[in-house]
Amino acid sequence: MDFIITLVNGLSLGGIYAMIALGYTMVYGIAKMLNFAHGDIIMVGGYTILLFLPINPVLAIVAAIVFCVIVGIVIERFAYKPLRGSSPLAVLITAIGVSTLLQSLAQVLFGSAPKIKQINLGALQLGDLKIDYSTIITLVCSIIVMVVLNLFVKHTKTGRAMVAVSEDKGAAQLMGINVNHIIMVTFAIGSALAALAGLFYFLKVQTMTTTFGALPGIKAFTAAVIGGIGSIPGAMVGGLLLGIVECVCQSIPELSSYTDAIEFSILIVILLVKPTGILGKKRREKV
Amino acid sequence: MSNFVSKLKSFKWKKYINYVAISIVILVFGGLSLAGGLPASTVYLLEKIAISIILAVSLSLVVGFLGELSLGHAGFMCVGAYLGGKVAAMLAKTAIGDVGKGILVLIIALIVGGACAGLCGFIVGLPALRLKGDYLAIVTLAFGEIVKVLFQNSSAESFGGPIGLSTPRFDKKYLFIIGFLVVLLTLAVIQNLIKSKHGRAITAIRDNEIAAKSTGINVTKYKLTGFIIAAVFAGLAGVIFSYSQNNISSATFDYNYSIEILVMVVLGGMGNINGSIISATLITFLNVQLQNVLKGDLAVLKDLLYALILILLVIYNNAPALKNFREKYNLGNLWHKIFKPKHDPANARDDAARWDVVPTKISMDEVLSTDVLIDTTGDNSADIGERGGNK
Amino acid sequence: MAKLIDNVKNFVSTKILKKTHKRENIKSDYVLETKNLGISFGGLKAAQNINLKIKKNEIYGLIGPNGAGKTTVFNLLTGVYQPTEGTFYLCGEELTGLPQDKINHKGIARTFQNIRLFNNMTVVRNVMVGLANQPEYKCSLLESLLRLPRHFKNEKAMRQRAKELLRIFDLEDERNNLACNLPYGKQRKLEIARALATNPKLLLLDEPAAGMNPNETEDLVNTIKTIRDQFDMTILLIEHDMKFVSGLCDRITVLNFGTVLAEGDTKTALNDPEVIKAYIGG
Repeated sequence: MDFIITLVNGLSLGGIYAMIALGYTMVYGIAKMLNFAHGDIIMVGGYTILLFLPINPVLAIVAAIVFCVIVGIVIERFAYKPLRGSSPLAVLITAIGVSTLLQSLAQVLFGSAPKIKQINLGALQLGDLKIDYSTIITLVCSIIVMVVLNLFVKHTKTGRAMVAVSEDKGAAQLMGINVNHIIMVTFAIGSALAALAGLFYFLKVQTMTTTFGALPGIKAFTAAVIGGIGSIPGAMVGGLLLGIVECVCQSIPELSSYTDAIEFSILIVILLVKPTGILGKKRREKV
Repeated sequence: MSNFVSKLKSFKWKKYINYVAISIVILVFGGLSLAGGLPASTVYLLEKIAISIILAVSLSLVVGFLGELSLGHAGFMCVGAYLGGKVAAMLAKTAIGDVGKGILVLIIALIVGGACAGLCGFIVGLPALRLKGDYLAIVTLAFGEIVKVLFQNSSAESFGGPIGLSTPRFDKKYLFIIGFLVVLLTLAVIQNLIKSKHGRAITAIRDNEIAAKSTGINVTKYKLTGFIIAAVFAGLAGVIFSYSQNNISSATFDYNYSIEILVMVVLGGMGNINGSIISATLITFLNVQLQNVLKGDLAVLKDLLYALILILLVIYNNAPALKNFREKYNLGNLWHKIFKPKHDPANARDDAARWDVVPTKISMDEVLSTDVLIDTTGDNSADIGERGGNK
Repeated sequence: MAKLIDNVKNFVSTKILKKTHKRENIKSDYVLETKNLGISFGGLKAAQNINLKIKKNEIYGLIGPNGAGKTTVFNLLTGVYQPTEGTFYLCGEELTGLPQDKINHKGIARTFQNIRLFNNMTVVRNVMVGLANQPEYKCSLLESLLRLPRHFKNEKAMRQRAKELLRIFDLEDERNNLACNLPYGKQRKLEIARALATNPKLLLLDEPAAGMNPNETEDLVNTIKTIRDQFDMTILLIEHDMKFVSGLCDRITVLNFGTVLAEGDTKTALNDPEVIKAYIGG
């Protein structure tokens, strides 16, 4: 029984990771950059929800998504776009800077003391099984999000344009695709997903700090790499896998305090053995 | 005697300006400290500055000259701090603990801490250096986090676990002098490395790895060398850090600390050692001063400032759209115009590869070095150099 | 998961293969000899059955339409790609399977189609990087770190030698400029100078005349001939400019679709009806 609960918890946490990992993977696939600040967008979403929650929960969710999308687009426009075409290391360092900027800005605005808000949605009782509704909602929502995103990429004009840009930016441009626009849309979608992930992650931990997004961010990146960075199904698989691993580790007392170390070790091993991840594609440099 | 004078005259002071500056710092402040004229806060500041310089200069070797991004520098420092600190604490109780007021123990701790950090550099570097760019950055980041977790979960007898390790004591008057002596050692090793054929090989790898290989450079060997040397010095900085504290906890050596070191390197101008020294000094000075001024949540304003400076500086130095502007209003050019009217480009250029811009070498398409990519069983043949056409 | 395990197995087995493959030495009159050299990427045979025999002091051309596999052959010979079939020998010593830097040490140096210089280093330093592996400039890391006399002696000698090499290419005056600031033609020359600095037995030039105007091309023909005579060099080059090829090469091999279409002395091979068909189409 315990095992089933662990599994459900793992899938639900994995769903959160998958949502964040989708943001990483899409930005990586299309803008060819590692958006280090992605984790902090989750934090932005979390604070927005916390701010609007007393007014109306639905409004809070909508506000978080809208605000995160705006923040994502602003970051892209002012920090990353000027560096397009310059060295990836420069972009990476800027992204690190943006991450620190968001964190310290949040601390100036909200203070460093953790904000705790108990939200109890009740639990589902199935015989001996007791599963929190928040876990179920998270799991269901993340599955819906993944299905919708898959449909979007496969069946809409913008989605197909995104695939084209990730394959070959230059060729896509020649085919009349507005690459700048597509990159902006990608950042917007990634940020919206991050806002949702922020909501669900907050439901899980119920504590808000300025580094709220850092750990799930890095773990989701791990998930994206495990699944194969640049691949949308890969991010989903990697996210779910990592969520399960984390919950299983935490359910074993001897391993629980080493959970983070185990997850990062998995990342290192995957990168060394199969750097393209489970579902990733190889890239070659022309010599 | 006249021989000596002529030698002194031909001695190129400019080349050794940083050694001279550090030596002056040691003599002046060391003298003041021994005479008992330095407040504890200044001594603490000097220790901090020495640690920062060692970290920044050693990271500059990896980021600036090798062209790889390491986000785990604090992790290597952590290894040095814990192992050096532990060895020192153990030895302090033995007979050699009192030799030269504990200086022998300090030296042994430095050697052990540096060696252990270097070993970690080797263990991480050997497999990780097959990866490039973002991937290497992430692996080093993961390494730093793993080290943190391991020390946090250590038993109370070994490394203190979550309580942290209580560290050895050393006369506060002398510690910063030792720190700056290690700075001199760092400078000597890293500058001598860079200005040798081995250093040229390292910069060649940064500029173009494939060409470097075809020119007969053993890329793995040199990358590993650079990585290990940087790790060793991070370890030394860690040992000094552990001496400067009453108690060290692994939470100190987190990802943010690695970022702070990176900020020093970037602000100083990548591949510019003197720049790294200056920015490490300035940032550490500001950090310590602001700590007193900005209380509570406002302390974070300094992080905000660093983040803004980092972003603006990188954009200014790298944005393709600002290329013309940069060439017109280059700070370096301005400097030469004012101070060196008869600037001889031959000497200046020959001295070191000028390189204040982030390298352009790492491309996302080069996630792996080519030798790993040669996977003949692969099915992806679309982007191979030349194709045999369709048959 | 099964795929992952397969990948690990493949990874391990290729590593073991590389180590256990015994390289043999043969008696050869040729500087370069390839035996059925080939590579396939998945199902695609990018090059197959390449048999080249290049004599000492020869200037040998490798030509063919775009995508014929010329650069692939260069990549095989320099270890960028590991051949999936066949072997190759330099002066009778088998080099198949060696990594790029070892192949360079054995005596094959190359230039690249898209110029690859050390852009943020000065011209003279670019050449000095090439000189670093010569036995006469041997100097261990420790010697350099401790600044022992040999370090200074070698640095001086290397700088001198680099200047001499640059003089041949008329680049001596540019020696303190950054490589990226050189005009295109000079960058190509610098790449050749850097390759020569590694003291090779065989020099591979990948489209040395690409992007040059007729005057520069003529200049280059003379330079390459000078290199052969002065350095006692054997040269294998890829080129599209037929005038350049016929004016320079002693013999050529024509590739198409990764296989040898024709070979022989330049004039005969170029007039081969198959070759004309491949170029013009038909």
